[in-house]
Amino acid sequence: MKRSVRVEASGQSGSVQELWLLVLALIVIDVAATILGLWKGFWWAILFVDFVLIVMLAERLEGRIALRHQESYKRVLALGFPLLLLVSWELIVGAEILSPRWFPPPSRIATALWDLTVTFDRFNETSLLGRPWLIPSRLSSEGLPGVWALFQESHLWATLSRVLMGFFLGALPGVLLGMVMGLNRTVRMMLDATMSAVYVLPKIAIFPILMLIFPNPFGEGPKVTVVAISAFFLVAISTMAGVRGIDPVYLQAGRNYGANRLQMFRHVILPGALPIIFSGLRLALGTALIVIVAVEFVRAQTGVGFLVFYHWQILVTEKMYAGLFVVMLLGVLLTYALQLIERRVMPWSE
Amino acid sequence: MIGPEMTTKIVARRANKIFPSVAGPVTAIRDFDLEVAEGEFVCIVGPSGCGKSTFLRILAELETLTSGEVRILPGADPSKPLNNVVFQEYAIFPWKTVIDNVAFGLQMRGASKKERYATADEWLGRVGLRKFAHYYPSQLSGGMKQRVSIARALANDPEVLLMDEPLGALDAQTRAVLQEELLRIWEASRKTVVYITHSIEEAVLLGDRVVIMTAHPGTNKAAFEVDLPRPRTIKTSSTAAFAELSGAIWEALQDEVRRAMASQL
Repeated sequence: MKRSVRVEASGQSGSVQELWLLVLALIVIDVAATILGLWKGFWWAILFVDFVLIVMLAERLEGRIALRHQESYKRVLALGFPLLLLVSWELIVGAEILSPRWFPPPSRIATALWDLTVTFDRFNETSLLGRPWLIPSRLSSEGLPGVWALFQESHLWATLSRVLMGFFLGALPGVLLGMVMGLNRTVRMMLDATMSAVYVLPKIAIFPILMLIFPNPFGEGPKVTVVAISAFFLVAISTMAGVRGIDPVYLQAGRNYGANRLQMFRHVILPGALPIIFSGLRLALGTALIVIVAVEFVRAQTGVGFLVFYHWQILVTEKMYAGLFVVMLLGVLLTYALQLIERRVMPWSE
Repeated sequence: MIGPEMTTKIVARRANKIFPSVAGPVTAIRDFDLEVAEGEFVCIVGPSGCGKSTFLRILAELETLTSGEVRILPGADPSKPLNNVVFQEYAIFPWKTVIDNVAFGLQMRGASKKERYATADEWLGRVGLRKFAHYYPSQLSGGMKQRVSIARALANDPEVLLMDEPLGALDAQTRAVLQEELLRIWEASRKTVVYITHSIEEAVLLGDRVVIMTAHPGTNKAAFEVDLPRPRTIKTSSTAAFAELSGAIWEALQDEVRRAMASQL
């Protein structure tokens, strides 16, 4: 039998018998494990074997799928896996193999998410999304601004506004300082060591200092500032790297074609550094989210981080998980938004 | 060499370039002399590392001279740029579309969008890239990128065109095609060109004169007039006169190449 050597071990098309054999193996193993009562002690091992079999199955399926369906096949894999994970979770907890107390099943987390949205919690006159049940009456009395004001009271907006404000307040000066450090040798030599030292300091560690500095230690000031500082250093350092990393031949071309200082910046240095600046911004956005959740754990009466920590304290784990899910969703959506901006600003990088 | 009816465009007299280094100063170019007439196509050939690119960069004012004189004489129109470089690595901006790259020099000089796009479009037509005007360089092949780079230089209409091994990174077939295109474009415009290459055949095919540079430090070795008739094409390179001249140049160059290789061991 002739076989081509492949570096990547996927895409070989299996025969139909092979596919059926794998499906059969999956069923036999799971059913046998149920009959023998192996799930209780060895659920992780069975799931692992199932996973391996599914990977083998998908690999052999890939080569049989028409080229024009490959994109949807990829999407099915990307979305199917987490779905499968959720289903297994639901079943395993449902069978009480894992404690529903510590690992509430996804269905209960979903209900908890709904709960968080439509009900108050004890300390706050607000829910995850403000008080959405007031939207119809506000809409008729005050219009869209009324709805917006309602949303601004929500936990989601508390976190989102801190992240966005901190991110912008940190990223903009970060880009500026990074540019100066990239372009001016003296400034770079003076600041580089200090920046690198402060860069490695976990920014959450300076939160107490910020609470001392601000007149209202429990207000928004220290929270936004700690996010801004985290973003600032990340963005400054990557911007500097971006400017320094521009191929000198582009600078020479710019000079040779008569660009003055401002034109050089606008047409060569800024676009040349943009890819690295954006990777810095992506990092900074992720860090901003980490920092704000940590801050909300410690010292906040609103915000998604607060929701998670509060429900840990009163041991309502499904709401805790629901909060984590929202944090995850926020991260995905913010990253996606940044990607959209990136694609608009750098159309050449596609 | 330069007749009375021709005006001098480039002068280099006793040009020296010394690079400081931790191990002590390194002389890249020693007492190099060159005179190029208006409308002349001069090729500088030498072993790799002989300082020919350094000389070009001094001409382009991207590098300073240690001593001596290197000058491009301005023409009648003072608004025209003195020189533009076609770099070996293309150096066209990946973040600009093809047409914006070609229009770059004009844009830097403050030409209106309409004006510079008209000129750029004309040059894109001449290098056969009009269809790709709104592509980004990452979507182009190496040969197309270098065409953009050449069009960018010519659209800026400099007094002197400086080319630093522009075809060095291309495969043999693409190189041959671009050599013919260069011949066609140059024979139509007769711009003063200094062309750096390590290929004797390329130098003989393109140039009016081939100047040979020695290695370590770079200085004048010999110069050959290329009196092959124009217009030339790739076919010119299969004539007896071409072979004879290439042979003579190789004769003069080979000692230098061996010396350069020995010093690298």
